[in-house]
Amino acid sequence: MQHHVKPHGVIAPASVDESGKLSGFIHSFDTGGAVDGPGMRFVLFVSGCQFQCLYCHNPDTWKMHNGKMTHVDDIVAEIAKYAHFLRFAGGLTISGGEPLMQAYFIGEIFYRVKHELKLHTALDTQGFLAEHLEDDWFENVDLVLLDIKHIDLEKYEALTSKPLQPTLDFARRLSAMKKPMWIRYVLVPGYTDDFNDVEKLADFIATLHGVERVEVLPFHKMGEHKWDDLGLNFHLKDVSPPSPELLNRVIGQFQKRGLFTC
Amino acid sequence: MKIHETDISLEAWRGFVGNEWQNGVAVRDFIQANYTPYVGDDSFLVSSTPRTQQLWNKVTALIAAERIKGVLDVSADIGTSIIAHDAGYIDENLELIVGLQTDAPLKRAIVPNGGLRMVQSGLEAYGFKLDANVETAFGLYRKDHNQGVFDVYSPDILACRKSGIITGLPDAYGRGRIVGDYRRVALYGVDFLIKDKKREKSELDVGEFSETILRTREELSEQIRALAELKQMALKYGFDISQSAKTAQEAIQWTYFGYLAAIKEQNGAAMSIGRISSFLDIYIERDIQEGRLNETAAQELIDDLVIKLRMVRFLRTPEYDQLFSGDPTWVTESIGGMSEDGRTLVTKNSFRVLNTLYNLGAAPEPNLTVLWSVKMPQGFKEFCSKVSIETSAIQYESDDLMREHWGDDYAIACCVSAMRVGKQMQFFGARCNLAKTMLYAINGGVDEKSGVKIAHGFTPITSEYLDYDEVIVKFDSMMDWLATTYVKALNAIHYMHDKYHYERIEMALHDRDILRTMACGIAGLSVAADSLSAIKYAKVKVIRDENGIATDFEIEGEYPAYGNDDDRVDQLAVWLVETFMDKIRRHKMYRDSTPTQSVLTITSNVVYGKKTGNTPDGRRSGEPFAPGANPMSGRDTSGFVASGASVAKLPYDAALDGISWTATSTPDSLGHTIADRVTNLTNCLDGFCGANGFHVNVNVLNKDTLLDAMNHPENYPQLTIRVSGYAVNFIKLSHEQQLDVINRTFHIHS
Repeated sequence: MQHHVKPHGVIAPASVDESGKLSGFIHSFDTGGAVDGPGMRFVLFVSGCQFQCLYCHNPDTWKMHNGKMTHVDDIVAEIAKYAHFLRFAGGLTISGGEPLMQAYFIGEIFYRVKHELKLHTALDTQGFLAEHLEDDWFENVDLVLLDIKHIDLEKYEALTSKPLQPTLDFARRLSAMKKPMWIRYVLVPGYTDDFNDVEKLADFIATLHGVERVEVLPFHKMGEHKWDDLGLNFHLKDVSPPSPELLNRVIGQFQKRGLFTC
Repeated sequence: MKIHETDISLEAWRGFVGNEWQNGVAVRDFIQANYTPYVGDDSFLVSSTPRTQQLWNKVTALIAAERIKGVLDVSADIGTSIIAHDAGYIDENLELIVGLQTDAPLKRAIVPNGGLRMVQSGLEAYGFKLDANVETAFGLYRKDHNQGVFDVYSPDILACRKSGIITGLPDAYGRGRIVGDYRRVALYGVDFLIKDKKREKSELDVGEFSETILRTREELSEQIRALAELKQMALKYGFDISQSAKTAQEAIQWTYFGYLAAIKEQNGAAMSIGRISSFLDIYIERDIQEGRLNETAAQELIDDLVIKLRMVRFLRTPEYDQLFSGDPTWVTESIGGMSEDGRTLVTKNSFRVLNTLYNLGAAPEPNLTVLWSVKMPQGFKEFCSKVSIETSAIQYESDDLMREHWGDDYAIACCVSAMRVGKQMQFFGARCNLAKTMLYAINGGVDEKSGVKIAHGFTPITSEYLDYDEVIVKFDSMMDWLATTYVKALNAIHYMHDKYHYERIEMALHDRDILRTMACGIAGLSVAADSLSAIKYAKVKVIRDENGIATDFEIEGEYPAYGNDDDRVDQLAVWLVETFMDKIRRHKMYRDSTPTQSVLTITSNVVYGKKTGNTPDGRRSGEPFAPGANPMSGRDTSGFVASGASVAKLPYDAALDGISWTATSTPDSLGHTIADRVTNLTNCLDGFCGANGFHVNVNVLNKDTLLDAMNHPENYPQLTIRVSGYAVNFIKLSHEQQLDVINRTFHIHS
């Protein structure tokens, strides 16, 4: 295994405004999320991501400063409106962008939502920046939705523009911490559907503790217009969503290893 | 025709307990004393039998033929009544439950008592001709409801009707929304009911014959006559229903006969059947215990009943179809809920009725309405969610809110109107347009579309920018004017309806002394609330035409929109609902009825939008309103939980006739697995109900399916979608309304 003295990437410094309140950049939130963690989720999308995944459906979240500077207090107050519902129906998921880019900011949100509102919390991440954080940072995260976008080092980098190793390290670390995980894998025909690659990924996941489910997410083009809006070139214009047969094949590969896969 | 002999060895009330209901008409007491709550899951349910499939296939063939022609056939030769037509069958040898509105399936009757004019234009639209004798009888000798209303309408009412600020008034056809207690026919038999009506009448022979006493005595006589006709009608099918039903099959048949008489006599917009499932379960349970029925046979009977309820038809005009799109009849059946003593009113039959959506495929009618309580058994909740996800055919209304007001034996009439069964009725009042009213306030009563002065005695706003306080003052007095005109119209309509088109059989299945409500309604709530928000929190510049009429608005800055759980604007919506209700309450209501209102549009949100110019919220002229109490589409950007939270703030106390919300999701966005989806929907319904939400239509659909159905309707004969307050065959909607549904439903959130 390759070891770095210096962790990959950079985490944004904590941002405190004149009144001394901790703030961060958010893109938006959705009060009715049902596909980002168990149950109904308040999904907070924070802005900023160093990856440039070819199939990204939220490229408008890449630039952190394109988000809206928001106080932690205000975010917690917004979530609190739904706390009663979320306590029995689901919880909070922080997604993005890459939430760990603003680890100080979201760490505070997780802490307060966990302790003040008593909600289930989930972090949706690709784990690239996790090396920067101590284990205790994850105490307020009940579940990690870990995106492993590819198992092949080169294809991963071609797909995301960044190295894979930190993500695999993070997965092993979570496994050692016995942190519940959902592994998410976006199935893109021609990019992530190679049989042997999926076999390797499934083998890797099967070695981890704490994986409650694997979600195979069919590639879709609902975010394509955002690339156009941003003047960016969407490379997957001609790629179609996976066929049901392909989807079933890939799901089957994970299931064969006893992984609950959907 | 077969003569059906009942088993004389059977005692009708054998095994039933309780005394109160035996001495007088008291169906609720009977249910409470005898029903069996069911707290299990759906695993006991069975599929349809080959016989049922065979029968249903015959009906679907007829429905397919009807879809091509618009109307399959009309009985244009006879003005309808309970006994006007001979018995009709789909296939007498296959049917377990019999009875059709006319002498042939899907053949529509004409109802000249409501209005001969509407009959004539309905017939013309579909290429039929009115029989000369009927024309003479009603044109020359018999005045109808429609004529009566127009005899008394005032110029201001006519102007409001024409401009569209008040729309959908039941002044040319049956008002509907009256639910007879059809269960009484089964439990007591008709002779018992006639005797009871005679008692009620004889009690009204003390003191002076006032107008009220005279009217009631005349109505009771009509009711008694109608009950006699009901018996006669059943005899045409070979059944003697003078005595109580003795078996489940008879109980279903008797109950259906009661309902059938109502839909033969009346063509109300909504002809709801009430709350019969758990009542009938008592008979089914008894038959199962006695070995007369098994689960398959029980489901067969319910499937057969539902086949009949899917065949209810009325002759309408094209204008009517624009308002209430897709030929709805609102055969609303209310299912589930809780008893006041804490037991659930869910029975196995609650499941069976929903199971018809699998056995016969999805369908918009009967309008299956689950009375949702957070306390209902989990097994039933999850079954409802599953059915919703797979059929989009159910609506939900909060039993926890309604039970407090109406007890535990109310039913929903039409979409969202709760009424205690047999003890309450309403005067249906359609709705008025609050968004247009705001434009009238800005333009001093001049209609923004036609330029005609509709409301007199008002001055327009002349400033370049709208001032919130000035708008509120003028809007408030314009709402006063509207409420005054509106209530005048409703009083006129219901006075004449009672006089010329009285619901004889439906009212025969009510107590004599009942609660009457005057059910007013508002449309355009979200447009009006967002407009006020724009004026208050952004700057709204007025654009006027050469005549000084405000025809457009420019918004500078941003404003909080209704539907994001933001009190700054949600409280404006609350204010609108409460304020207009207060204004209605100040008026004298016909027959001392209790005023209520609904926030409900049916599909008329499209027509209302068409008739309303540009509004200060940025909505363009002609653009559809949001349906019911929904936020404007695309503006509820915080997700649907926030959207529902905004709707749930509207106070039921100020809208006791119901508040309608339609929520649509794709299967994929409700969860990754079927189990996830069922759990999530169940929790959402609990959450909405727990937050005092009143009503929600649940659709779980893919956009691609709807688009494909627009292009290939023949492949989707049973594709069902819920619109404001009812369900509809998607392919029966107009092109315009199909697009509205799709656009409203599938805007993609960031």
